[in-house]
Amino acid sequence: MLTCKQTSLLMSQARDRRLSWSERLGVRLHLWICRQCRRYERQLDWLNGLAGRLEKGPESRPEAGEDMSAEACQRIREAIEAHREDGGHRHPQ
Amino acid sequence: MGDTEGLDPHAWLDRHGGYLFRYAMAVLRDRQLAEDAVQECLLAALQARTGFSGQSSERTWLTGILKHKIVDIVRRDSRESSTEGLGDAEDPYGEFNACFDATGHWAARLTEWGDPERHLESKQFWRALQFCLDNMPRRLAQLFMLREVVGTDSAAICQEMGISPTNLWTQLYRGRMSLRLCLEKHWLGREAPAC
Repeated sequence: MLTCKQTSLLMSQARDRRLSWSERLGVRLHLWICRQCRRYERQLDWLNGLAGRLEKGPESRPEAGEDMSAEACQRIREAIEAHREDGGHRHPQ
Repeated sequence: MGDTEGLDPHAWLDRHGGYLFRYAMAVLRDRQLAEDAVQECLLAALQARTGFSGQSSERTWLTGILKHKIVDIVRRDSRESSTEGLGDAEDPYGEFNACFDATGHWAARLTEWGDPERHLESKQFWRALQFCLDNMPRRLAQLFMLREVVGTDSAAICQEMGISPTNLWTQLYRGRMSLRLCLEKHWLGREAPAC
């Protein structure tokens, strides 16, 4: 039987690689009997769920105060103009 | 120039610049890098604008381009400064050995975080997340965000950052473990758990 320690590592890896058949079975059996690890799994889902939230619009986040500096905006406008005059043939560095 | 409305790069900057910047900032954790990402995204979009089908929204289209540019920038950034901040993968558990007792059970009781939707509205949650990501080594935070937020696949991350798959899995495990502990402390206000 896998320990919580081993299971936690495999549950994390399951998000980044395909587990082997026996690893998957081991994790499933462990989760069947271990409430703590089921909680851990929900926490991992939770962290992963942040992605969708960010995608929807960082504006919707209350702390979204930070903005691009005026200098950066100006620099980007100039880069766009330079790029255009160039017929778009110059590649950015 | 024959720009049709909606395909004007200056208008893209006005309409979506703030969004693109905050997205890039969230992943790259560095103002300069995030500004570079926005610039490269808009220049690439200018070049590719004939490819914009109008089937997705302008913002979705630009965000797709931005994601590629973010990956490019992480690659360049990893080449310039070493993979400092990414410890070696000898023992995958590292400092998190302390989370488990000698028999491999969790040393402390895990908590139920509750309904994500409700908490994701809370200012305190986002402040804590920001704080926790800022306190992770930048490289590790970038790696976590690339994988979880941008959704870059593992093989591509390994290639771009020049690390082995085993090391990547270890780093992501540590990133997740450290983020959940930090959130418990700074968002839920729990006393630092055993690890």
